[in-house]
Amino acid sequence: MSAVDFTWLIGGPQGSGVESGANIFSRVCAEMGYQVFGKREFYSNIKGDHSYFTLRIADHKIHSNVNDVTLMVSFDAETIFRHFEEVISGGGIIYDSDLEKTKTDDVHTLDSPFKERLHKELESKNKPFTIAGVLEIAKEKGVTLFPVSFKSILATLAEETENPRLRGLVRMFNVIGVSLSLGLVKMPPDSLQKTIGAIFAKKQTIAELNQQTATYSYNYATAKFENFGHLLIGTKKETGTLLVQGHQGTALGKMACGCRFQPYYPITPASDESVFLESNEILEIIDDRPGSTAVIQTEDEICAMGMAIGGSLTGTRSATCTSGPGFALMTEMIGWAGINEVPIVITNYQRSGPSTGLPTRHGQDDLLFSVYAGHGDFPKIVYASGDIEESFYDTGNCFNYADIFQVPVIHLMDKFLASSVITCKRFDTQRIPINRGKLLETVDDGYRRFEFTDDGVSPRSRLGIDNGIFWSTGDESDETGHITEDPVLRVKMMDKRMSRLDLILKNIPEEEQVLSFGTADHTIISWGSAKGPILDAIDMLKKEGISIGFIQVKLLHPFPTDYVKSLLKDTKTIIDIEANHSAQFGKLFNQNIQRDIDYFILKYSGRAMTSTEIYDSLKKIIENKADKREVLMHGA
Amino acid sequence: MALKLADYKTDVHNDWCPGCGDFGIVNAIQMALADMGIQRDKAVMFSGIGCSGKTSHFINTYGIHTLHGRVLTFAQGAKITNPELTVVAIGGDGDGLGIGAGHFVAAGRRNVDMTYIIFDNGVYGLTKGQASPTLKLGEQTKSLPSPNTNYNVNPIGLAVASGFTFVARGYSYDIKHLKDLIVQAVNHKGLSFLDVLQPCPTYNDINTRDWYAGVDLMDEAQKRHSRIYKLEETGFDPVVHYADEVEINEKLSQSLIKSLEWGNKIPIGVFYKNDTISPYITRLQDKIPNYMENPPSKQNISKNGHSNTDISKILDSLEV
Repeated sequence: MSAVDFTWLIGGPQGSGVESGANIFSRVCAEMGYQVFGKREFYSNIKGDHSYFTLRIADHKIHSNVNDVTLMVSFDAETIFRHFEEVISGGGIIYDSDLEKTKTDDVHTLDSPFKERLHKELESKNKPFTIAGVLEIAKEKGVTLFPVSFKSILATLAEETENPRLRGLVRMFNVIGVSLSLGLVKMPPDSLQKTIGAIFAKKQTIAELNQQTATYSYNYATAKFENFGHLLIGTKKETGTLLVQGHQGTALGKMACGCRFQPYYPITPASDESVFLESNEILEIIDDRPGSTAVIQTEDEICAMGMAIGGSLTGTRSATCTSGPGFALMTEMIGWAGINEVPIVITNYQRSGPSTGLPTRHGQDDLLFSVYAGHGDFPKIVYASGDIEESFYDTGNCFNYADIFQVPVIHLMDKFLASSVITCKRFDTQRIPINRGKLLETVDDGYRRFEFTDDGVSPRSRLGIDNGIFWSTGDESDETGHITEDPVLRVKMMDKRMSRLDLILKNIPEEEQVLSFGTADHTIISWGSAKGPILDAIDMLKKEGISIGFIQVKLLHPFPTDYVKSLLKDTKTIIDIEANHSAQFGKLFNQNIQRDIDYFILKYSGRAMTSTEIYDSLKKIIENKADKREVLMHGA
Repeated sequence: MALKLADYKTDVHNDWCPGCGDFGIVNAIQMALADMGIQRDKAVMFSGIGCSGKTSHFINTYGIHTLHGRVLTFAQGAKITNPELTVVAIGGDGDGLGIGAGHFVAAGRRNVDMTYIIFDNGVYGLTKGQASPTLKLGEQTKSLPSPNTNYNVNPIGLAVASGFTFVARGYSYDIKHLKDLIVQAVNHKGLSFLDVLQPCPTYNDINTRDWYAGVDLMDEAQKRHSRIYKLEETGFDPVVHYADEVEINEKLSQSLIKSLEWGNKIPIGVFYKNDTISPYITRLQDKIPNYMENPPSKQNISKNGHSNTDISKILDSLEV
């Protein structure tokens, strides 16, 4: 039997239950032993604009989405207009038959640039500008159509269950769509009932209503739909598998590693992390009384950062979580933390800039800004996680780095990670060591906070401990923390702080600096969330006997120059892959390694990369057909 | 061992201009700390940027000299994570009511139990005398090229409107009175605000020490009429006595009216005091019952060098 690799797409207006539909589908698949990789795309809008969820289901480890959609379910016209071309020959579209006559002009949320492109295509194929028109194209390509009237399903269901409320309950459309899909692929129905029961555990009547709807729709699909060439009947489940969302990796990491203070200001896509932390603010502590995280919503990101620094000065592990625009506001504060050697972690869920940019879309846009955030020279760490599972453990490491080296740490995440859902191994808190560096519990007389030491790191007191008095200032200071403008002391202090950069490179283990997935004649260099689609693309090429290396740099500042250089010594062709316009990582690489990059694969449409499009570009590179700069475009 | 006034002084050279009103304020703070017998290592002076920002270096407690306009953000973070600390935030009127005005308002809404003292002199001293938010419209202090084009902010009124629960004004040349106000402010359970009128002898040639003393108002008998008078000597009752909307609104309104007095009669003293509003930590404690005895800064976060936080229940809920 060939390997299962199935992509399901559900779309609809924002607020219509696309996300909860995807949640049910992904849970059912994960319960049945499949690996899941899902991603949500949505407009900066509360209700009405198009949102969709792409879920890839496989019986082997996967790290990304692909271009091909196996089965699409839609309960609105816009989803069909926008995504019909993604469905592969042999795939299927379940759609609301009441929509067939809907014209493109009837859908007011279809923006004109998209509509123009679609009209041109329909015209060239001599099709009407309607749902029926685009579905004809799909059918001609070999896509099986599964028309079903969602309204009549509800009406029949209302009659059969003698529950007239159901008749007009359009928010059941998502459950209908999910259940029709699962019936079509012959997913064992028990798992669907169980999952709905679990999701609505606290609302018994709603659970029952959904379960009734699910059963009816599931049976409808098995009875009325013709056989479909793709089945999801379950596979062997690995024990200890989590189904996690993007923000949960860093949030759980923060809880586990002892972050106890998180002031924040709401911003997409970062706020989910803080809300999750606050929802779990009381913490169980092994062999001790309960702990807690104080999560404070502030008036702006400047206050969030100031409060976090204030918290860190009391010895509390403190952090904030933001995205590009908010991070921009924090930079003066980051400099203050830098000159005052305050450990602090800033989790930056990057999105597409500049300015407000594409507020709900993806971009690895803030790398260079993070490296240079703040005026003047001061040491800091910029660290990036490649996937959600990594981000849990990395969060623990980031707090250790902050404490050990007494520097601000910018932990780069992004929108792609934030709105992904994946299956992965259960997080192991015992793999999170806690190292607070030179933080003092007691202080002797004659204490000086910024004392010159052999390694350039001074013992750290905290506000409120006996004898621990110190001063801090954003001005240059002497060892006690009082202002100085003495040129000799200034140079000594500057050298002391900046020596931290070498110390960081020397002390962070190499495997935490860079993940090497092997090198070859062609080796990819990249960072952050591009990792997933790269790994899957490499896998695809491997099956064709093509071997490509991959180095994922996690420690981006200070840059692990010598280590990266040594890893790449036998590589002939270097390919930089990242999701921004200017190849920011490439610039950083070039500046540190002084070696030219041969090819760039870049994406800045605001949509995450798929492994398919990376595969295509890599293939072109191998065949010497690629442009130096390959720009990826997939995704609605 | 009882602490003396001298114990609260550092030996850092004070570089304020001769005759600066700031000297009176720093003395009053030190006197208040000594009066209350606050342990030096349980108190933190946070300061902003400008002449007043240097204050934290002159006081022998923990001292955090922060950024322009941002002093309240640092101070609140420290107090929330370690509620045992006595926290005093210090800054100029430009610092707190210009660049920091957003934080001023938001801090009022939180009512964190700490004290904020504004050194109010109408000018930006350290940048050579530009107009600050409290300078009146049309006034021209000596280094302004033309008269001030902005209306002034009313610090007392803004504080009351923003939710500060103790609002008072002092005068830097009445040190004893100022010291008493600081003691009351620090002892208040909630966010207290002190607007301290402080002549800048170098750049503010309008609101000078002589002007406050009413030298220009001398009558024929050469008798001085100080512009400054004390609210408590007029029978003014600033206290909200019980948690009732009518009572609160009345005390709020009278403080606002009093705050508008300026010119030949300038009130100092306590304008408003409301103990019926919960301090921020109490609000946290309502959600997190053991917050006071086990606040963030006191929590033990590791065991044998590893995480001691048990997140297994959350992981169970995510497990498939």
